[in-house]
Amino acid sequence: MRMTKTGDVDSFRLPPYGHEMTEFTGKRWHDMGGDDAGPMNGHAPTDDHDNALWEKRVDALLVLCSGKGLFTVDGLRRGIEDLGPEAFETMTYYERWIASVNQNLVEGEIYTLAELGERMDSVAKRGDTYGIATHDG
Amino acid sequence: MLHDHHDHDHLSPSGHPYRADNDVPLTYWQTMEIAVRELLIEKGVSTAAEIAGQIDAMDRRSPADGAQVVARAWTDPAFKDRLLADASEASREMGFDIGTLRLIAVENTVDVHNVIVCTLCSCYPRNLLGMAPDWYKSREYRSRTVKEPRKVLSEFGVVLPDHIQVRVHDSTADMRYIVLPERPAGTDGWDTEALADLVTRDSMIGTSVLSTVT
Repeated sequence: MRMTKTGDVDSFRLPPYGHEMTEFTGKRWHDMGGDDAGPMNGHAPTDDHDNALWEKRVDALLVLCSGKGLFTVDGLRRGIEDLGPEAFETMTYYERWIASVNQNLVEGEIYTLAELGERMDSVAKRGDTYGIATHDG
Repeated sequence: MLHDHHDHDHLSPSGHPYRADNDVPLTYWQTMEIAVRELLIEKGVSTAAEIAGQIDAMDRRSPADGAQVVARAWTDPAFKDRLLADASEASREMGFDIGTLRLIAVENTVDVHNVIVCTLCSCYPRNLLGMAPDWYKSREYRSRTVKEPRKVLSEFGVVLPDHIQVRVHDSTADMRYIVLPERPAGTDGWDTEALADLVTRDSMIGTSVLSTVT
């Protein structure tokens, strides 16, 4: 991933790839219905896990922002698609979501990339763990 | 999974203790979540209480909600008609918050087995079932269910005879499906509460069938 450097404003720009349809199927990468893939054996129907607090918060932000009309669930999906096919392998589910939620909010001019970068810098300086860096305990 | 350490004294705004993963190193994406959330609060888009409330509402949702709807449909033919006509409205009638989603209930019968998927992403009837299981969001399930559903189902232990038609429903952001499973044989005269206890999450996705009660 290129988006690894906290506070680097340019690093938040999503890569442009992923828009091209593939030569053979005319589908973008996320449109995986009908593709070949491995067996379900690796996914036992009981393999549930409780989401972490930060993941639940990402989920809540999406529901609230879409409910308020800031962007749509389709906008969320489009932002995830724009991350490109490797994001499916290298980022977790809610990592992809927060990347897309952020992209949609920046595009919607709810805040600027500069504001985000400054805030991420200050958050990172608070401490080394999520529990310390989140300001509500 | 709980660790015995000082964070137990700290409650989140929703009144829950922080989860165990809060003491692992802060990641880039967690940092982004905190920043985005704070900016939304500062800009007046949302509040900490509203976000916590949304998390609580989601945490309260579970397949038991969908099971109540299914059990009602099994015991109340007029409700079942309404459910199959408009699952959003019928679910609201029972007090469930469906939001603006168009929810469609698809009925399993002796001739038809339904299964739901979201090939494009992970759309799921979360308002009635809670969070989607991990496998529902997997490449394997999303890719193959529309192409070889019988094979996928067999990997869940569901082997359907050839005479049963399999219908696969591909969800979208605004249109979600829920399977109305067949009422198991051997449950004549049961009340809705006892029936609801039989209804599993996967039976409402279509990746399991409810077995005869003996």
